Amino acid sequence: MTGQSPAVVSASKLGLTFQTNDGPVQALTDVDLTIGKGEFVSFIGPSGCGKTTLLRVIADLEKPTSGSISVNGMTPEQAREKRAYGYVFQAAALFPWRSIERNVALPLEIIGLSKAEQVERIKRTLDLVNLSGFEKKYPWQLSGGMQQRASIARALAFDADLLLMDEPFGALDEIVRDHLNKQLLELWERTNKTICFVTHSIPEAVYLSTRIVVMSPRPGRVSDVIESTLPKERPLHIRETPEFLAIAARVRDGLHAGHSYED
Amino acid sequence: MNWLKPSWQAVLAILLCLIAIALGAMTKPEATALADPTGSFTYPYLGTKALTFGLAMLAALVSMVRIPPITEAVVLFVGAHLVAWLLITGINGFEGTALAPYFLLLAAGWLLGWRCVAVLSSLRPLAKWARTGLRLIIPAIFGAWILIIWEAVTRGAGIPFILLPPPSAIGARIANSLPVLGADVRQTIFKAVIFGYVVGNAAGFVAAILADRVPFLRRGLLPIGNMVSALPIIGVAPIMVMWFGFDWQSKAAVVIIMTFFPMLVNTVAGLAASGHMERDLMRTYASGYWQTLFKLRLPAAAPFIFNALKINSTLALIGAIVAEFFGTPVVGMGFRISTEVGRMNIDMVWAEIAVAALAGSVFYGVVALFERAVTFWHPSVRGG
Repeated sequence: MTGQSPAVVSASKLGLTFQTNDGPVQALTDVDLTIGKGEFVSFIGPSGCGKTTLLRVIADLEKPTSGSISVNGMTPEQAREKRAYGYVFQAAALFPWRSIERNVALPLEIIGLSKAEQVERIKRTLDLVNLSGFEKKYPWQLSGGMQQRASIARALAFDADLLLMDEPFGALDEIVRDHLNKQLLELWERTNKTICFVTHSIPEAVYLSTRIVVMSPRPGRVSDVIESTLPKERPLHIRETPEFLAIAARVRDGLHAGHSYED
Repeated sequence: MNWLKPSWQAVLAILLCLIAIALGAMTKPEATALADPTGSFTYPYLGTKALTFGLAMLAALVSMVRIPPITEAVVLFVGAHLVAWLLITGINGFEGTALAPYFLLLAAGWLLGWRCVAVLSSLRPLAKWARTGLRLIIPAIFGAWILIIWEAVTRGAGIPFILLPPPSAIGARIANSLPVLGADVRQTIFKAVIFGYVVGNAAGFVAAILADRVPFLRRGLLPIGNMVSALPIIGVAPIMVMWFGFDWQSKAAVVIIMTFFPMLVNTVAGLAASGHMERDLMRTYASGYWQTLFKLRLPAAAPFIFNALKINSTLALIGAIVAEFFGTPVVGMGFRISTEVGRMNIDMVWAEIAVAALAGSVFYGVVALFERAVTFWHPSVRGG
């Protein structure tokens, strides 16, 4: 799979150790990973397994302490300076003093697009996440799900080929989450972006991904990589098929095997 | 008894009136006249005593009948203020002769005013103009009764003018000295305060940005700024007069010193107020220092900056007035206060105090209005 398409992210022997007051903490050890163009890769694992840290290393929000990593063939720092990716955080992180359209415009202002281009992109991305008609609202006037959709629109407006998403739907209820998962899949299919998606929900990971990276804690490492055999077209009820359940079972086994402690 | 709804204020007011009637004379001249029925004396409340008591008790009784609250409030308002007006005008020329019933009647009137405010506060009108009106009327009645009691007590008990002049005398002094007060306001507020406030705040703001940008300044400047804020104004003011002369420039310098530090500290705190996630977000956009500053950190710091602006609005006024005690041309609010105290013109001192309080409130109010417009998004402004 990774042989045919150029690698968007490529890590080898990647490690990151945080120096804390209680001594060093190994957040990541020996991570070898290659993500090809157009893939949808989920990172799943219990808290403390380093899945968010790995995403932050790709985004150059953390510096690795050993090994090497490249993003689009560059160092993560160069990739960030070139604005190679859009990042969606756990919370919407919208600026309360900006209306929804001004929030989506924020990255466009920073990269210095013309007003006309900004207006066009704001309209297109808000349409994409079904938020048309809410342009003039302020974030605190919207529900949590709408806020998170606005933050996805903000990342999409940026129009990078790589989308990094850190538990974007973690704080939302099941119904909204299903809806957004479906929309995200449609979006991925339409735009052919590469998506790295951190989650701790097994059904979400299996439903969305072409590949699932199972991680385990203490020290944070990759314990299994599972290729999904599901078709690209995925209606919500695919989650009841035996094929889906089989993959979910493999992920669950991987998670259990990785646990070095009793639960 | 369905048509009655007793209130303790009204019952107590009637009780106070009855005690006052039983005690008899309202003032010393009246007591003398009662003791000597053959003589002819003029004494206060000769014709209005029955009317005053009647009004107070009537208003109290009517207020307890089951009538619409707005009617009740109007009855109480008219009753309480007529009683107060009769009391205060009646004592004219007989200051310092009041006896216990005078004060009991004043207390009864105040209770009616209290009940009136209580009734108004419990109203929940639907129309917006009515709500706005109520928001203004309630504190106005409250403030009016502070002045009424002040006036009635100082005149009834004959408190020496030097200790506490009645508000009517202060009002008359203000009306008669408008040109002098105007000149003082121009000198102190429009020159020293405004200039010092603008420069002091701007300097504190720029220093905060510099301290944020340049690490060695952050380490070095903040402790020194802290020391400057601890300088006693009483010590600094005469030195500023030596440096910058007698005119308003030296007062502006004192104001600058006083306002600099609150702005510096608050802005530094505000610049640290934006969340990690928001700053990471700006980092993922490869946003530069100044872009992050203007698009994220300064808007997030706005509530802190306005806090400093509000604190400084009162500090600046205090600083300029106190600084004028240490040498000034013969104009200015602080100068006027210090000289008129020496000449025992206490009403002029009070007039300056009233003007300073008014100017300070307006200053603060304007800054607060501006704050509401700029930080409309903050939970404390948008309400949750």
